[in-house]
Amino acid sequence: MNQLENRNAYMGLAGRMSKKRRRNVTLTIVFLMLLGAFIYCASKGFVLGTYEIRILRLCGVYSIAALSMNLVNGFTGQFSLGQAGFMAMGAYVTSLLIIPAAQKAAIYYVHPIVPWLKDVQIPFLFALLIGGLVSALCAFLIGFPVLRLRGDYLAIATLGFSEIIRIILTNAIPVTNGSLGLKNIPNTANLWWTTIVTAVVIIFLLRMMKTSYGRAFKAIRDDDIAAEAMGISLFKHKMIAFVIGGFLAGISGGLLGSVVGAITPNYFRFTLAYEILLIVVLGGMGSITGSVIGACIVTIAKEKLRFLDAGMNLGFVKIPPIDGMRMLVFSLLLMIIILFYRRGLFGSREFSWNGLFRIIRRIGAWFGRLFRRRGHPEGGADA
Amino acid sequence: MMILIPTWDTFLQAVANGLTLGSLYALVAIGYTMVYGILRLINFAHGDIFMMSMYFAFYMISIFYLPWYVAFLIVIVATGLLGILIERAAYKPLREAPRISLLISSIGVSFLLENFAVVAFSGIQRQYPSIPFFQNVISLGSVRVQRLSIFVPIIMAVLVVGLLFLVNYTKTGMAMRAASRDFETAKVMGININRVISMTFLIGSVLAAVGAMMWGMKYPQIQPYVGVMPGLKCFIAAVIGGIGNIKGAVIGALILGMLEILITLFFPGLSGYKDAIAFIALIVILLVRPTGLLGEKQAEKV
Amino acid sequence: MSVLKTENATMRFGGVVAVENLNLQLEKGEIVAIIGPNGAGKTTAFNMITGVYTPTEGKIFVAAKEDEETLIDITGRRPDRITSLGIARTFQNIRLFGQMTVLENVLLASHLRLKSKFFGAVIGWPHYHKEEKQMRIHAMELLERVGLAEFWDEQATSLPYGKQRRLEIARALATEPSILLLDEPAAGMNPKETLELTEFVRNIRDEFQLSILLIEHHMQIVMDISDRIYVLDFGKTIASGTPAEIQANERVIDAYLGVADDD
Repeated sequence: MNQLENRNAYMGLAGRMSKKRRRNVTLTIVFLMLLGAFIYCASKGFVLGTYEIRILRLCGVYSIAALSMNLVNGFTGQFSLGQAGFMAMGAYVTSLLIIPAAQKAAIYYVHPIVPWLKDVQIPFLFALLIGGLVSALCAFLIGFPVLRLRGDYLAIATLGFSEIIRIILTNAIPVTNGSLGLKNIPNTANLWWTTIVTAVVIIFLLRMMKTSYGRAFKAIRDDDIAAEAMGISLFKHKMIAFVIGGFLAGISGGLLGSVVGAITPNYFRFTLAYEILLIVVLGGMGSITGSVIGACIVTIAKEKLRFLDAGMNLGFVKIPPIDGMRMLVFSLLLMIIILFYRRGLFGSREFSWNGLFRIIRRIGAWFGRLFRRRGHPEGGADA
Repeated sequence: MMILIPTWDTFLQAVANGLTLGSLYALVAIGYTMVYGILRLINFAHGDIFMMSMYFAFYMISIFYLPWYVAFLIVIVATGLLGILIERAAYKPLREAPRISLLISSIGVSFLLENFAVVAFSGIQRQYPSIPFFQNVISLGSVRVQRLSIFVPIIMAVLVVGLLFLVNYTKTGMAMRAASRDFETAKVMGININRVISMTFLIGSVLAAVGAMMWGMKYPQIQPYVGVMPGLKCFIAAVIGGIGNIKGAVIGALILGMLEILITLFFPGLSGYKDAIAFIALIVILLVRPTGLLGEKQAEKV
Repeated sequence: MSVLKTENATMRFGGVVAVENLNLQLEKGEIVAIIGPNGAGKTTAFNMITGVYTPTEGKIFVAAKEDEETLIDITGRRPDRITSLGIARTFQNIRLFGQMTVLENVLLASHLRLKSKFFGAVIGWPHYHKEEKQMRIHAMELLERVGLAEFWDEQATSLPYGKQRRLEIARALATEPSILLLDEPAAGMNPKETLELTEFVRNIRDEFQLSILLIEHHMQIVMDISDRIYVLDFGKTIASGTPAEIQANERVIDAYLGVADDD
């Protein structure tokens, strides 16, 4: 490595002229174009049915939720379990802001809606942002007393908050319609929406982790006492991570409401937070790539494993439908990962084209060796 | 907001209820505080161990028709074993792992037990059997209470005194205290850490089982998530009293039980938000006295 | 002129008195050592000064950076605030950020001087880029200075012990301190590194205009390097003075120096 290259490397400039970089940029552009073309075709109904598209939209929603948890738990080393509560906040605020007035009258048939919410209807983007901001505000209010202390109490406080939110949503009937929940939520969040918002969140987090603030988060996770001794305000940085985590969870909740069309308080039990924890642990604490891929795996598996709950007919023996079998499998999976594959799929690594090529080369070499080992004696016979 | 001024009798009734609820909390809170003291772990599964106990009792009495005292004995043994099993299977392999992994593992166990209960016992709400011996109503002056309300605080007090004796005056107890002071040093001093930890889980689970069986008589609807709220509240009770401190857990639990009952007595409008009281209490105590009532500041090794 | 002063600083844990009535003064440009047997309260004294512990009694003052005549009361302030007032430290049991590279460890320590706000940094305002660039140049200079520049991209905890100690010093310097607290800098160093340490500490003092307080067990280093020495025993200050005075002090010899030779 010559001196200029070395300097570029430690200055964080990725050698603008290098061939590899040009290749990676090209690959990224090609990938994004293919993705765009795919979404375009899908939304025109060419490749996938509405059911599959709905699963893909949920993949985006859960990716954002998982990234929000990963930011706090994986990158900053604090332990928040409030995702379900923040998502509920986002989902209700966003939904209430986008359901048309005519629909509201029909939804609140038991108890009429409060007058100040009756005629409100604003564009989806703003509703989504407001939902996120309300969640972020909640995060700030919980974080204020709790984040000054050790991380453990945060787990209890956030889990408690999330259950309280559910209690409030059930009891504040004139605003939330109580346990009946909201339905007929406009189906605005199509595959474009979920994919683009997910992409924006990923880019935001990737950039953030590269800045000085990202280093501060990682330092707090590695050793909070040393970080504090180096002048990092623990409270301030934990708070930034926690509030942004709350915002992102709120956004994912807002999208979720629009994707599924109907929400009830019970949708946002703490078990939802456990599911998201499973995604984060499966993908790897501290990996953005891991959270996204984990979210896709778990969301798709959740759909594909529905047969477990429904029961099976194996021809010779009939397995009766068992409610909850699917979740039992997921909870076992979480235990297995945490006990035996603690780093998850990605550990704290991220996807990169260079990494992908390294893996391809390694697999190629492995096949090569396999081939040679097998091929050698036969080759000898041939000769 | 409406304030309800209760009659003297209703008030006494409520105090008795608060004492009972607080005593039940205390039995569960001790398990949290002891495990936290030694492993620095919030054992999320503890509330679900409590739930499993209630199901065990339900099956023993309502399905197998065992007399209640035989059933209770079996439940206590089974729950104790379950506690040890969980520690061996899910926490022991992670002794050297980062603490966050241990926490996730305990959430995993909690999640697993809840889903196991849904599959094995079904998610449908069950009715805990009634046991006349405990549930007969007696009169104390003008106040009429179930026998349970008198038994529970007495049983709790006896068990806590026994536990304090064990912790303070026996060799096992000394090993426990040493391990919760300084894990590493205790190990170097030749204390069998694994035995101490198993013992801690055994005691915690047994007390939770006693709590669960009596909880079922007072609040007889059981379902797989029945342990979650009491679990969270009892951890909070332990924090209020000063985490790691057994007496603190008892005091914190009594305060919390009293608060819940009395607040809903005076402000009936808030009864829908009863479960929020504990979390508000947590936030208040963290702001005012983060070490809890009886907790002392521990020096972190730097 | 003192840059650091403790007034009857006392630290109790339950019934145990770890440090009692510590009256310590550090003059500008001085190198002062704290010595004493294990458990004498040396690290506790550091922890009080750096804000990890709040003294049970007594006060701690530090000279303001811009106006050295004014003493600021830092008793009970948060560690990060104290660091931003110009006190930096290293740790006895090295505490580097294990999942970060050597360069990132040093960069992290410049974070407290960063002026860009969070969103400015994430969006990438030109002002942030400028600051990040300066931080990187400064960090590489520091690594150059402690002889670790070539390892910039390695994982911090993969370095050998002696290099990790030097990295901790570089990291502490990146906070731009005026006072440096070194907790057993020679521990774990090989004999050659130990010999170089005296020279190194003196040089960084001159170069960065520091006043240095250090804890050390290695008596040769202590005697060579220090302008003055405080001796602690069971939390009490049993002697203070120049190396020559300390070596002649009978209480010190009884309590400590006589025993230390056996180590």
